[in-house]
Amino acid sequence: MRGLPSAAMLLAVFTGSLALAQGDGRRSGYQDMGPALQKMQDDDTANPAMLFVQAGETLWNEKAGTAGKSCADCHNDAIVSMKGVAARYPAVAGETGKPVDLEGRINLCRATYQQAPALAPESDDLLALSTYVALQSRGQPVAPPNDLQLAALRAKGAGIYRQRQGQLNLSCANCHDDNPEKKLAGATIPQGHPTGYPIYRLEWQTLGSLKRRLRNCVVGLRAEPWPYDADEYLALESYLMERARGMAMDAPAVRP
Amino acid sequence: MANVLVSAPKTAKKGQVVEIKALIMHVMETGFRPGTNGRIIPRNIIQDFSATWNGREIFRMKMSPAIAANPFVSFSAVASESGTIAFRWSGDEGFLAEHQVAITVT
Repeated sequence: MRGLPSAAMLLAVFTGSLALAQGDGRRSGYQDMGPALQKMQDDDTANPAMLFVQAGETLWNEKAGTAGKSCADCHNDAIVSMKGVAARYPAVAGETGKPVDLEGRINLCRATYQQAPALAPESDDLLALSTYVALQSRGQPVAPPNDLQLAALRAKGAGIYRQRQGQLNLSCANCHDDNPEKKLAGATIPQGHPTGYPIYRLEWQTLGSLKRRLRNCVVGLRAEPWPYDADEYLALESYLMERARGMAMDAPAVRP
Repeated sequence: MANVLVSAPKTAKKGQVVEIKALIMHVMETGFRPGTNGRIIPRNIIQDFSATWNGREIFRMKMSPAIAANPFVSFSAVASESGTIAFRWSGDEGFLAEHQVAITVT
């Protein structure tokens, strides 16, 4: 008899964690963090990424380039116009007919409409703007667009994801598909769903893009990371977003 | 102007304990790390943080190189009178940031 209540409780805990997860076994990195970090992410006055959001909001309304236009001059209020946008990228840009990620889209806007120089990868301004845009997709489901060009890119990304590389001779899938929730040294291996980018990573002590995270993983495999403008990142990003389709965005996330 | 995020209640009852949270963007460079050129990056930290309530000091802390970037400080105070809570961060390389919030105590 004594076993019964504890079994019921276990069941309650189990269904509780299932409700948190997608129901199909997919888990956001958020669910693999300790309660302290989850609280840090949830509290907008404690989440350091909100400092970048604040800077991003200023940049959004600031005129830039020789065209003398701000983001707001075309897109108006980001809270309305940017809702769900980060959840759709990488996407094909109408101007060039080529796929871009969110950072690439921002720089394309700068070049085309603001006639301003591109912001450097991982620069504070680019991260601030992309975080401000990503925040507007909080809680929205990841929804990559259906596009033939993107499908080809995703297929390429899926190939890279399963390709062993580096001196350690490991693929992304070896960790994130075969061994998630297990430990790599002290850290929990997440399933690798990019729902919270740009993330404030405590190890970096700053904000970083998905590209930085991918470079970090590649260096961890003791492989040489591709140059910043390489298509491989776009391919991997597209594949990972497709893999996370339907999961809720939680950007800007805090991660260990 | 430095990028600051402060959270404090706008209103409080007299004698109530209120929680105050202050977050600031700062690199908190330790002074021990070599840069890409192999030379030590000079120390650049916030050394001192203080908060005053209508001019009276309610909180002060000395910061060290061991404190992470973008320091977050949370503390509590007893609401005594309406007025302003002022925050001040100062540190290396002439760093100075100030921020104020208003609070009404009833």
